[in-house]
Amino acid sequence: MKVILKRVLFLFVVIGIWQLVYSLGVYEKIVFPGPLQVGQALIKGFTTGDFLNALGASFRHLFSGLSLAILFGTILGVILGKSKQADETAGMYLIALQSIPSIVWVPLAIMLFGFSEFAVVFVVVLGGTFVMALNVRSAIHSVPPQLVRAARTMGTNGLSLFFRVEIPSSIPYFMSGLRLAWAFSWRALMAGELLSNGPGLGYSLRYAQDYARMDQVIGIIIIIGVIGAVVDQLVFSKLEKNVMKRWGLLKT
Amino acid sequence: MFLQINDVSKTFDDKNQGSFEVFSGIDLNIEQNQFVSLLGPSGCGKSTLLSMVAGLESVSDGSIVLEGQEIKKAGTDRGMIFQQASLFPWLNVKENVMFPLKSMGSKKEAEEKADRFLQMVHLSRFKENYTHELSGGMQQRVAIARALAMDPKVLLMDEPFGALDEQTRHILHEELMKIWEETKKTILFVTHSIQEAIKLSDRVIVMGTRPGKIIADFNIDLPRPRRRDDPQVIELEKKVMGLLEVEINKVLKEELSYESHS
Repeated sequence: MKVILKRVLFLFVVIGIWQLVYSLGVYEKIVFPGPLQVGQALIKGFTTGDFLNALGASFRHLFSGLSLAILFGTILGVILGKSKQADETAGMYLIALQSIPSIVWVPLAIMLFGFSEFAVVFVVVLGGTFVMALNVRSAIHSVPPQLVRAARTMGTNGLSLFFRVEIPSSIPYFMSGLRLAWAFSWRALMAGELLSNGPGLGYSLRYAQDYARMDQVIGIIIIIGVIGAVVDQLVFSKLEKNVMKRWGLLKT
Repeated sequence: MFLQINDVSKTFDDKNQGSFEVFSGIDLNIEQNQFVSLLGPSGCGKSTLLSMVAGLESVSDGSIVLEGQEIKKAGTDRGMIFQQASLFPWLNVKENVMFPLKSMGSKKEAEEKADRFLQMVHLSRFKENYTHELSGGMQQRVAIARALAMDPKVLLMDEPFGALDEQTRHILHEELMKIWEETKKTILFVTHSIQEAIKLSDRVIVMGTRPGKIIADFNIDLPRPRRRDDPQVIELEKKVMGLLEVEINKVLKEELSYESHS
């Protein structure tokens, strides 16, 4: 309760400073709207359904992109984790690919697929796949050899060993991969949509900028931040923590 | 003969340093229902030999035969208990014990077996718990129940109590003795503790090092439970200690000379 109080208080202080800077007229009103205008823009955006439509489109892109990223990333990660040959050949390139900021893929996606929603999904897939693959690879590597030896003395081999020991043993690291893949995909989604022809939250952001609606711009930035935090806290971090606790990796 | 180790050698191939021979020409015959300890200083290859019986390590030369069948790979006819309990953290205690039983009959049978062996190690109360909620000694008891549940012909124990504190170790010694009397399993027990070997075993095989070899083989006919202050036990301990001291000094000397050269 005390923590929540601190956080709420902090938020009020930030909004207060914002209002103060606005009232002092340091920047032109059209460039730098106050909290009130932004609040009104948010309310209006939601009541007209504009923001909800944009959100719906964004989540649609995210859902297809992230699902594919998890699928491809898992397959790639398992191959690299299980085969030393594959890891030595391609492992390093995966790290290189992972370090490419996803916005870099946008021009390529637009050239290949035009200003379509598919181009956005493509960027999201690239944004999430490599980080997922790297984490799945570490997950496979993290299986304690001792557990594998023990399982072998109990007559467990091959595929059965993979499904009954290696997969369950790597689930906590797989969960970390999931959380990171979501975070990377969410960023990639915004980058992709910002340069797309819509619909989507990123597109609405650029649209608002084109019409110099700074109240909407800041409103959308707030939505993006809130969703990012809420999904991470309520879904992925929680999932990861629960799994870690269940696997005895986190002492409570 | 029940378990035969015939002229067995183990050589590790090292890309950088060439091959390294752990031991060669080890000959051993283990009788059924006996409790046999392999005792020796670190580096004598006792754990490697045990892993070879388990089928986790390949045999470089010679053969290991269990009831007329040569051992090529790991199997459920040999249960192994490691220094770390090696339980699966995503399964609860009972599910851990049922793990090896999945392909050995119905689920109901597996559950009955798990219940029976958990009772034998006095852990029925904890069968729903996760393994990280258990102490080290309790985890090792789950591992013993899990190995016994497969009904193996031999129980292989690789310094199973080495990571436990003194009191827990003594309690587990007594429990192991009871279990052994109840199940009459053949047990091959690796340890570096002279006291532990003498307290538990029918037969103690003392191994030396550089290269690994068998340097002595004692039958221990003393009645159980054996007390540490029994003069006969003390006498035996001294005798084994004398043998091992030579080996330990050899290792020390080699390590020290290596140090002064480098």
